[in-house]
Amino acid sequence: MSDTLLLLPDQATARIPKVNYLTKENGILSWLLTGDHKRIAMLYLVSITFFFFIGGAMAGLIRLELLTPQADLMATDTYNKVFTMHGVIMIFLFLVPSVPATLGNFLIPIMLGAKDLALPKINLLSWYLYVAGGCLVLYTMMSGGVDTGWTFTTPLSTHYLNTNVLSTGIAVFIAGFSSIFTGLNFIVTIHKMRAPGMTWFRMPLFVWSHYAASILMVLGTPVLAIAIVLVALERTIGIGVFDPTKGGDPLLFQHLFWFYSHPAVYIMILPGMGVISEVISTFSRKRVFGYTAVAFSSVAIAVFGFFVWEHHMFIMGVSNYSTLVFSLLTMLVAVPSAIKIFNWTFTLYKGSITFETPMLYAFGFMGLFTIGGLTGVFLGTTGTDIHLTETYFIVAHFHFVMVGGMLMAFLSGIHFWWPKMTGRMYPEKISQLAALITFIGFNLTFFPQFILGTLGMPRRYAAYPPEFQILNVFSTAGASVLGVGYLLPILYLVWSLKYGAIAGNNPWQATGLEWQIQSPPLTENFVETPIMDHEAYDYEWLEKQTAKEVSSVG
Amino acid sequence: MSDSPAVIHGAPEADAHHAHPAWQRHHFETVDQQADATNFAMWLFLLTEIMFFGGLFTAYLIMRNWYYPAFVQGSHQLNIFWGTLNTTVLILSSFTMAMGVWCAETRKKNGLVLCLILTFILGLGFLGIKTIEYSEKIEKHHVPGFHYSMQSFLNPASDPEIYKEYHDQPLRPDMAVHTEVYFSLYFAMTGMHALHMIIGIAILGFMIFRARAGAYTTGHVTFVENFGLYWHFVDIVWIFLFPLLYLISRHANS
Repeated sequence: MSDTLLLLPDQATARIPKVNYLTKENGILSWLLTGDHKRIAMLYLVSITFFFFIGGAMAGLIRLELLTPQADLMATDTYNKVFTMHGVIMIFLFLVPSVPATLGNFLIPIMLGAKDLALPKINLLSWYLYVAGGCLVLYTMMSGGVDTGWTFTTPLSTHYLNTNVLSTGIAVFIAGFSSIFTGLNFIVTIHKMRAPGMTWFRMPLFVWSHYAASILMVLGTPVLAIAIVLVALERTIGIGVFDPTKGGDPLLFQHLFWFYSHPAVYIMILPGMGVISEVISTFSRKRVFGYTAVAFSSVAIAVFGFFVWEHHMFIMGVSNYSTLVFSLLTMLVAVPSAIKIFNWTFTLYKGSITFETPMLYAFGFMGLFTIGGLTGVFLGTTGTDIHLTETYFIVAHFHFVMVGGMLMAFLSGIHFWWPKMTGRMYPEKISQLAALITFIGFNLTFFPQFILGTLGMPRRYAAYPPEFQILNVFSTAGASVLGVGYLLPILYLVWSLKYGAIAGNNPWQATGLEWQIQSPPLTENFVETPIMDHEAYDYEWLEKQTAKEVSSVG
Repeated sequence: MSDSPAVIHGAPEADAHHAHPAWQRHHFETVDQQADATNFAMWLFLLTEIMFFGGLFTAYLIMRNWYYPAFVQGSHQLNIFWGTLNTTVLILSSFTMAMGVWCAETRKKNGLVLCLILTFILGLGFLGIKTIEYSEKIEKHHVPGFHYSMQSFLNPASDPEIYKEYHDQPLRPDMAVHTEVYFSLYFAMTGMHALHMIIGIAILGFMIFRARAGAYTTGHVTFVENFGLYWHFVDIVWIFLFPLLYLISRHANS
């Protein structure tokens, strides 16, 4: 009975509409001066992909260096610069803007039934700020690099290093404002631009999770900005807020830095969770189980996320009592994340599941994020944290969340909405293969690092004792497989721009507003302002729509 | 009817030729929605500003608790006359700005231009007075960094003007060194505040030209309103900085 639902619409008759946001205007200036959220999303997509591959190349260098126990591929200080660049690029220039600035930018106005984000010019400004920050990072890299680690730890960054801390700091400051403006734009749009009938609890969960992430961007990022300003002033003028010789406190820097940088983790993962909600629902043909719980769990993550930052500082000499409290709060934040995982699992239960590429990536996300999240609870427990912190266990933990979780979600979303963004399908078979390769490569790379960490291999060193070599060889081999897994999508996605099958409006038979309009959409998204008269993920409504369509044509 | 509800039925098309003012951006349904959205965005931006200054205030509170005597004697070095005058100047500028918003709303072009120019001048006046204060600090080597001198705190009598008024006891050298933290925060906080003033004054200059061309007195006052919010916010930051840096515990004998 349900197989009728799985039939895709006849794509042989579909045509790419002559007028759409890609063809409306031509010329490079029409892109560089655009106010259209969809075009800005594409600009972001191109630029973050560029930086992803630079950051990825750095990761490749790190893994090559760690193939052998000796520091023989590069000098140890070069190694420090390479892993710092890897961190700065991947966090500030890829993970933070990845889903929100591309998919969020493209989809949030459409999902709300609006013509654009509330502040199109600010949106464009945010892209230019991102590019400026990115260029400064490239400048840093070419003029000698920086070796503080992405955390700018004081007094190392203020007193002991003669590398380009300043230009990196300014770059992060600028990229931070790009993120603030994106978040601000989303919040305003979600509050003020919803179409008639689009109540808060009819919004797709993708929008809810972006709302939560935006709150974090708006409230957290300025604190990072001021921390960086103080570091810069300390380096240039020599003020003494963080300098212990003058009575300043390096721990204060840690507090300010992690007050942003822990919520930043949720800035990175929450939008990915939004993608997973959409994909899981679409490919199991069911409304997301416990919609309200999933929506509120996003907000709960955002709120709790602000009160756990000290778990990054357990071994830095903070008081035992605050350690106790922050350890408890850290475990609390696992609850809303678990609520999401359980609800997605219940969504799958008795669903009509199909295994298209976005779904494969979503499965990857669920498994890997669960491992990454649960090892986070190990690290939030003070007893184990003292043993495991500053080892490869930490590296494996956050790569499971960020790469296994977030990057999988990003690729899932890119494949899922590719037909909407470009009007063409990606090739299904090879992309399923790529998803599989990514999953295998990922586990081969990062699972050995959990073992290395428990054995006590410290992070951030170019050399290591020879007994750790076997597991490191596994890890490096996995990284090469992972590299193939990431190169494949860019190749076939570019290929599909010209040769992909034409997608039609709703290739997945999904319920979101974005699937009820043409692909690629018009510049103004909707011909008429839509009126939302049903709940999100209402597949029965969609079935009736389709039934009506067929009868009226026939 | 109920079993075939269409998701995207047309909104009433009656407004296709509905005249709307030129300043309404195409993606808003109504002028009200536009004003509402930009206003809300401005408040959110001010929220980020609060978090930005919040980091500095946190640092101030912690350090003040640790190095209380150093902070008290540090505040003795600030000039209460110039500080109070500056507070007055700034509050006055907030008043002229508020009058400017009122003029824009009631479409009084000349009044608006006058108010903006007055705000501009008062803003510059604030920065001018700040310069006088900063140059006092430079002369006394109270700017943190390589040229910082603890002389006034190790030997208060060497600074007769301040000594006459407060009769400070000499600080122990390990506490006197922390006066540099006080001045670090003083310069970071007032410096960030001054930077916001400079940005505000630049925008004011731009607005004066636009206002003379009559841009804000045709009913579209969002820009003036939102700038007003920004200006008042910068004012409020000073209202917190002034007591924290100049006033509290000034007469406590450390």
